[in-house]
Amino acid sequence: MNDSDKRPSPESFLRAAAQEGRGRLKLFLGAAPGVGKTYEMLSDGMRRLKSGVDVVVGVVETHGRRETEALIAGHEVIPRRQIDHAGISLGEMDLDAILERQPQLALVDELAHSNAPGSRHPKRYQDVEELLDAGIDVYSTINIQHIESLNDVVASFTHVRVRETVPDSILETAEIEVVDILPDELIERLKEGKVYIPAEATRALSHFFSKSNLTALRELALRRAAQAIDTQMLDYVRAHALAGSFAVGERVVVAVSEQPSAPGLVRAAKRLADALKAPWTAVHIETRRAQAFSDEERKALADTLALASRLGAATASIPAENVVEGLRSFAADAHATQIVIGKSSRSWWFELRHGSVVDRLVRDIGSVAVHVLPSDDDLAPPRSGHSTRAAWGKPADYLWSALTIAAMTAAGRLLLEVIDLGNIALLYLVPVMFAAATYGLRAGLFAGLVSSLAYNFFFLPPTGTLTVNNPENVISILVLLGVAIVTSQFAARVRGQADLAQSSARQNAALAGFSRQLTSAASQDDLIQAICAEIARLLDVRTVMLLPSDSGPALRAAYPPDDRLQELERAAAQWAMNNAQPAGRGSSTLTASDWLFHPLRTQRGVLGVLGLARDDAREPLRSDQTPLLMSLLDQAAIALDRMALEEEMQGARQIHERDRLRSALLSSVSHDLRTPLTTIMSAAQELRKQQPSALLDTIEGEAQRLNRFVANLLDMARVEAGALPMRIEPTDLFDAVASAIGDTRQSLVNHEVRIDIPSDIPLVRVDPVLLHHCLINLLDNAGRYGEPDTPVTISGKQVADAILLSVIDEGPGIPVGAETRVFDTFTRLEGSDRVKHGTGLGLAIVKGFAEAMGLGVDASTNSEPRGACFTLRIPEHLIISDFPGEPLS
Amino acid sequence: MTIRHKVLIIDDEPQIRRLINAALSRANYATVEAENARDALEKLRTERPDVSLLDLGLPDRDGLELVPLFKQKSDTTLIIVSARDATEEKVAALDLGADDYLTKPFDTDELLARVRVVLRNRMTKGGGVPSVRAGNVEVDLLNHVVRKAGQEVHLTPKEYAVLAQLAQFPGRVITHGQIMKEVWPKEHEHHVEYLRVLIRTLRQKLEDDPQRPQIIGNELGIGYRLRFSSELTDG
Repeated sequence: MNDSDKRPSPESFLRAAAQEGRGRLKLFLGAAPGVGKTYEMLSDGMRRLKSGVDVVVGVVETHGRRETEALIAGHEVIPRRQIDHAGISLGEMDLDAILERQPQLALVDELAHSNAPGSRHPKRYQDVEELLDAGIDVYSTINIQHIESLNDVVASFTHVRVRETVPDSILETAEIEVVDILPDELIERLKEGKVYIPAEATRALSHFFSKSNLTALRELALRRAAQAIDTQMLDYVRAHALAGSFAVGERVVVAVSEQPSAPGLVRAAKRLADALKAPWTAVHIETRRAQAFSDEERKALADTLALASRLGAATASIPAENVVEGLRSFAADAHATQIVIGKSSRSWWFELRHGSVVDRLVRDIGSVAVHVLPSDDDLAPPRSGHSTRAAWGKPADYLWSALTIAAMTAAGRLLLEVIDLGNIALLYLVPVMFAAATYGLRAGLFAGLVSSLAYNFFFLPPTGTLTVNNPENVISILVLLGVAIVTSQFAARVRGQADLAQSSARQNAALAGFSRQLTSAASQDDLIQAICAEIARLLDVRTVMLLPSDSGPALRAAYPPDDRLQELERAAAQWAMNNAQPAGRGSSTLTASDWLFHPLRTQRGVLGVLGLARDDAREPLRSDQTPLLMSLLDQAAIALDRMALEEEMQGARQIHERDRLRSALLSSVSHDLRTPLTTIMSAAQELRKQQPSALLDTIEGEAQRLNRFVANLLDMARVEAGALPMRIEPTDLFDAVASAIGDTRQSLVNHEVRIDIPSDIPLVRVDPVLLHHCLINLLDNAGRYGEPDTPVTISGKQVADAILLSVIDEGPGIPVGAETRVFDTFTRLEGSDRVKHGTGLGLAIVKGFAEAMGLGVDASTNSEPRGACFTLRIPEHLIISDFPGEPLS
Repeated sequence: MTIRHKVLIIDDEPQIRRLINAALSRANYATVEAENARDALEKLRTERPDVSLLDLGLPDRDGLELVPLFKQKSDTTLIIVSARDATEEKVAALDLGADDYLTKPFDTDELLARVRVVLRNRMTKGGGVPSVRAGNVEVDLLNHVVRKAGQEVHLTPKEYAVLAQLAQFPGRVITHGQIMKEVWPKEHEHHVEYLRVLIRTLRQKLEDDPQRPQIIGNELGIGYRLRFSSELTDG
């Protein structure tokens, strides 16, 4: 087994992934009632409860036993739901109450229980599945005879058939604890009346509790538990790629071929697997011989694999250098314990040269039992003429061989004058080697035979007869035959290698062409169309491609282009997309679909699914095409992934470019507007210094107002572009407040500004300039709306999870219901028209800047004294409460 | 004042140059104008101005590139006067060696005050001022003593180091980076929070009302400056 064989199988990963997030099930499995499953479950639950797990009792039947009741007392019990049925009130487990309670672990007794009519699920194990799906762990109990697959077996020797069964699948993912006591002990407990038996079943059960029955049941329980552990172990082994055989239970592998005897072999394997209660796999080892299969042979093989699949086998097709090697490594991978093969129908001659597959397999395979079944020749239809002809070659081959021999004979006659008689024999090597190399072994042997006859007849004395006088000449004839055999062997091997090389060259060429087509696609649509068209062409099928969309898989391309999908096909496509596994015809899921869907997988998940179908509703894919399809799908997925990344990058570039343009525009506007404003303001100042005038005051005041308006517009543009450049740094709120007060002196001339911030308020992580802008706008607003000669207060306080920085005025406040609207762009509150200088942008900027920094904003009206209160909420994570080290001293 | 200081005004807008020129002339400074970077470098060489007022948005070259060139080619004192108000640009200009930064639109009185400050620093440069007075606080740089209203104030060595840095160039903004580099070991250079906390305690020790600081002024996101009163060197 080489390294690649040890890779964990994808199914193992999928199963492991499906387990995650789901609750875990632990089953307390007993051979019979009365072994103490419920008691064990409750004790285990109690241990979990004590270790801090949130445990509830979903439902437990105590049957009045005191020890059990004592154990329940320590648990939280979810009350049962009463269901009235035919006048009787039945208490059933309240599934919804448990789901709502969301415990970590629920204890649910008697998994096989049937719920009262009117419950959500007919069976309790379905309730348990729902709990598990909700991520709740479940402990439950079950007796061995309630397991579906063992129901018959148990009934056969106990003569008691239970109707309440649980499917085996539920055991496969469960942790199983066998609650086991000796049969004698159980019988003892029964006699002491410690086992609860429903009154109406007493008679039947007295037979049930015989020692032999209990022993058998106990063995069954132990074996079933071992088997479940084994399945889980196999998953574990696969997922963790442990080499080596962990098999505890039996596992059957049957090797199938294209031969007519194969279906019989499959049925025999099924019988063996059934007898062993073992899972089984039908495998076809694909050697280079498989490439020369005719269509009928391919069909026969596919039919055999399909038959195996119907009979419950897993199927696989494994490429390998030869059958023995392939089978050996597959058997090791699958942890097979039994291998079924057919007796080779090859000739004794072939086996003499190659050794029989059976012999080599038995020699190489170590600890695995090998079953060799005779091929059922009577049932086999006559072998097709095709393969016979292939072995024997065409008549023309023999004709050509004979002609070269004739030519050599003629040449030999001519040359007899010049060369020695013994060397004439060498001449015949030419046609023998030619025939063997060109037409194969049989033609070579034919040529060798004819050559030796011709040599004998035409050259060896007595010429004209087929008698040989000299024993040396016998050697010449044998040499000619030997050469024919050896040459044809070499030639056949060389030809085989050339065939293999040619076929892989064809495949490589196909892949190279495919990838060329994909690279030339310029958009995703082109690419998808190219993938469909190329795969359709290479595999001679119809193709469709579906990509995920909000409403499930969407048909994005088809080849030929007019294909539409039916409901069933859509379901298969959806399944393939969701499960990242093939679905549809020829797969193991939704096989009624005419289409076969394969997912396109990359590390980023399933990018889409490709559907394949054939016009004549045959299987969309020949088994030997699967490797090529897999390579094509891999390439297609990579190309799609690359295209998606490119488009993302393109998008990012465009956004970057747009941002660059916007910021260039903003800075240019800012420069062009500020220069004249600077001039106007400064000129007015200068003039006023020379000669004070009210008009100059007006010019300066208006220029300043315009300047503030421009600044606000630019700020708003930045906020709306979502491109605020920020420099978050540890900031002292006092700094921000002090400079904001300094910059709003003019707006606040009529107000006294009070600062009410504790001197030990922590530093905060904000952009000091943006915070300053927020405060300026809030102070400006307070200056405008606050009644003249009332104070404006800046208050800061630390609450549980934030620092609240408020600007409070004394004025009309904010109209009821407008508390959020005030932050909208160009909102002015009623009556505000009377107040000068409002731009309608100030509060919108406060909100934009604050939110960009991660602060909350809030407006409210204080009642005593009446006024507006605007609050910036600095959340906890932006507060620097302490910092490491104290390098202040 | 016997010496007439010469100021070079570099701006591509003639109105701005005219306006600054008027204000400076009123305060009795000699002025030279330049409208682009090439012109400015030429005037710098020929006119040897004491102070240069530089607009960053010049037509032929980015003003920021001129800052190190100016410092390298002359001993002129450099004040940036620009419409660019991004904090990064201010910090960059100051760290490159500009002595002060003024954002357009500006108050001409503010401009004149800044020019006075840098000229004063220029005159005392190298010799070291013996002491600086800001409000009722006196920083005696010779004896490493700080007094408030005549009473000695106890400062930790770090507090004194920061205050002394500001007092060395009274009135001029010192960037956070510049202060941190001088006072804290390299590994703490980027921890502005240390400086913030230290300034807060300094204000509590020196200011009459620490919530409305009058002595240690703050330039948001840029640095601190000591708001000194002028009587010391004049008087």
